[in-house]
Formats: sequence, C-alpha cells, structure tokens
Amino acid sequence: MTMKRHFDEDLDVLRGKLLEMGGLCEDMIHDAVKILTERDEVYLADVQAKEGRVNDLHIEIDEVALRLIALHQPAAGDLRLIAAALKINSDLERIGDQAVNIAETGIYLARMPRIKLGDIPRMVEVAVGMTKDSLDAFSRRDVELARSVIARDDEEDALKSQTFNELIGLMQSDASTIQRGMDIILVARNLERIADHATNIAEDVIFMVLGKDIRHHAEEKAAAAERSPEP
Amino acid sequence: MVKIMEMPTKPTVPTPAQAPAPQRLSMEVQGLKASYGGGWVVKGVDLRFYEKVITAIIGPSGCGKSTLIRCLNRMHEVLPSARMEGEVLLDGQPIMGLDPVALRRQVGMVFQRPNPFPTMSIAQNVAAGLVLNGVTDRAVLAESVESSLRKAALWDEVKDKLSAPGQSLSGGQQQRLCIARALAVEPRVLLLDEPCSALDPIATARIEELLLELKSHLTIVIVTHNMQQAARVSDYTAFLLTGELVEYGVTHELFTKPSDKRTEDYITGRFG
Repeated sequence: MTMKRHFDEDLDVLRGKLLEMGGLCEDMIHDAVKILTERDEVYLADVQAKEGRVNDLHIEIDEVALRLIALHQPAAGDLRLIAAALKINSDLERIGDQAVNIAETGIYLARMPRIKLGDIPRMVEVAVGMTKDSLDAFSRRDVELARSVIARDDEEDALKSQTFNELIGLMQSDASTIQRGMDIILVARNLERIADHATNIAEDVIFMVLGKDIRHHAEEKAAAAERSPEP
Repeated sequence: MVKIMEMPTKPTVPTPAQAPAPQRLSMEVQGLKASYGGGWVVKGVDLRFYEKVITAIIGPSGCGKSTLIRCLNRMHEVLPSARMEGEVLLDGQPIMGLDPVALRRQVGMVFQRPNPFPTMSIAQNVAAGLVLNGVTDRAVLAESVESSLRKAALWDEVKDKLSAPGQSLSGGQQQRLCIARALAVEPRVLLLDEPCSALDPIATARIEELLLELKSHLTIVIVTHNMQQAARVSDYTAFLLTGELVEYGVTHELFTKPSDKRTEDYITGRFG
C-alpha cells in the first residue's frame, strides 16, 4: 500500500515556488513587450518589481531543492523532479533577465520615432506561448505538450532570422534607423533566447516524467545508432 | 558495440552502454524457491551474479533477500525443515553436487552482527578456515593472516596485537575481521548479509570502501536494507518483494528511473 509522505508536501512547496516564478516571468515578458508596442514606460516599474521577486525565488528554490537532497536522499521520480526543478529554476531566472533586457530596450525605442518591428509581434506570441506551455507541461507532467514546445523552437528561430534580414535591409536603405534597428534586433535575440529557455524547460519536463534525456538530439542519435549498429 | 552478458529474461536487461565492463558469469539461480517448512519465502527467482561486480539485493523485511543469499552457499539447508527447489550454479556447476564445506570455502559469507570466534585471538580468527581445512604450516598461516588482514584494511590497526582476543576490537573492526576470516580461504564469491546494520557511519564507510577494493577480484553479493548503501556500492541491484524478483538492473538506472512502479514506490519510501 502506498504511503502519504511528508516529503510529498515539501515537493509540493518546490513545485509551487517554480510555478509562481514561471507566472511572474510570463507577466514580465508581457509587460516588457507592452513598453515596446504601446510605448508606455509605466510598465517598466512592473517588470522591475517582478524581477526582484523572481530573483528571490531563484535563491529560495535552490535552497529548498538542496535541502531536500541533503535531508531525504531522494531517488527515482523524486530525484528527477528535484534535478529538473534546479535546472528549470535557472532557465526561468534567465527568462526574467531577457524580459528586463526587452523592457530596457523598449524604453529607448518608445522615446524615438517608430520604425517597423519586423516579426517581433509573432515572436512574442510564440515565445510567450512556449514559456506558458512549458510550465503547464511541468505542472501537469504532460510529455506531449512538452514535445510541442520543443517543436515550436524552429519557428521562433526562423522568425528571428526573418526579422534580422528585414531590419538589416531597412538599416542599409536608411542610416538614421541603425540605432533603432539594432535595438529591435536585440529584442528579437532576447525573444529567441526566451524560446530556447522554454525549450530547455520542456526537455527537463520530459526527463522528469520519463527519465529520458532528449537534449542535443539524443533520441534521434539513439534511433540512428539502432538502425545502423557498429560492427 | 560490445555484446555483454545475457541477462535473465524476467528482470530489466541492462543496456551495454550503461553496464559495467563485461564480466564473466559467476553464480546463477534458476527458478529458486525456498521455505522454512511453510509457504515459499522465495518464489521462483532467476538471477545472475557476475565476477568483479557488486550486486545488491534490496527489499522490505521478509521479502526473502537473506533467505536467497543463504541458498547460495547452502546455509539455508542447515536450518531444520528448510526446503529449497530450483537450481543454484557456481561456474555452471549445480552447487547441490558439491560438498557443502568445499562450497562455503569458495562462497564465503559475512553476517549482520560481527561474529568473531569468542575464544580465539585476532590471528586465530583469520586462520580458522585454513586450520579447519588442514593447513598446519605456521609460515603459511602467518602469511595468510597478514594478507587477509591487509585485504580487509585491518592490518595497520591490529598488526601489533594479533594475539589479542577478536572480540576486543570495535564493532567495525570486528566486522572487517570477519571479512578477513572469509577472505583467508580465498573464496571467489563473498556474500554479505546486512554487514553494516550494526555499525556506525564511519565503520560503514570503511566497509563500503573495502568492498569497492575487493570487487576487483571477487564476486560480491550484498543484502542491505540501506538503499543509499546499495546505490553507493553496487553495480547491479535486484529488488525483491514478497519472495519475487520485481526488477533487476544497473544500479544507477534502477535508482534514477526504475521501470516498475513497485520499485519506485519502495526506493522513494512510499512503502516498506
């Protein structure tokens, strides 16, 4: 018969803190992008306040996870959850940093005449969707949703390249747009990095649920090795 | 890719990439059943033990793990009304066809509580097995005492008091003395039944280090209640539940992603 453990309550605390941090990061991306699209600097304070809480959670989650390892010597699914939590914690903190970068760039751009944003609006949609779904996949232990997040990373990469090309063309034709064009390229880069972190989180979810490490195309390599085994 | 040993069909088959270097099969049990006169305590277990590998057997109290290893050197049959069915092979030979004393020379055992012979000195304890086997040459005995105590990582602590009673040593030292005594007859397999359960953490750590040293030339099977110990020292782990083998695989795999939910529940403390 399966026994309810006090340890499960500690794991719930860990999960709760990660989900709180994830929610804050999603909000930070939304707020940062509003500075850019609505040209309203009021959102900067929101981003900064949330960053403070995200940084606190970054430390708290590491502390909780290390305490659980030290005191409970977890194994199997418990160990994989804690290992995943430590990695997801780092990725979320980086997502928060990228949102701050977008907000700070947005402040400069909001004070300057508008230029076209390329595929930035679609990039925001993809990056925010990936971040949200990676956290939902973590919360629900949903491997299929995690795989769908990973699949979307290629779209974000393609959008970034498209935005780069479009803005390089603009800057070549009009030198007065160089500073703003460079800043929008940086925002595209920030969004692409957010999508990369969401992909990492999705990979960690798959490891947590299945115990399978799929990073760096490990699945494809294993399948290829099976098809053509070494002599 | 290197083809390693064929593993039994029932347990999880360790994949070559994750398994330790290929080793020779040392002991094997096939359809092993054991009882103490009532129902079967071990209910048809298939398991293999490899040379130069430490295999841990874990499971809750009463799952049959101690009974299983006691079948490996015919200690089980010493108990009245004990029964055993199935096959136990040592190097492919059925052990039931071997003289029990000769078998136990090859398959040594160390028990839960250190049990040095109470009337014997440290040296006499170590030499007891050889003396029992008819060795009388003092030089041979002295050499064996020293080399066995060295192998058991006890020599430096006792070399100046070899004639002191074995029981004058600390618990951890007594257990290493018992290991030295088992090693003196140069066994090929060493069975350990909860060898650290009566020891403090420092003495436990010394025994674990010792096992890791000894595995370079022995087959080691350890029964333990302490899952961290199984995880630390063993290459393979077998999980037994109510006399049946639930899962058998490479230790780090079994402790990070067990394939059976009952294993997961046991090693994460949800029952047992």
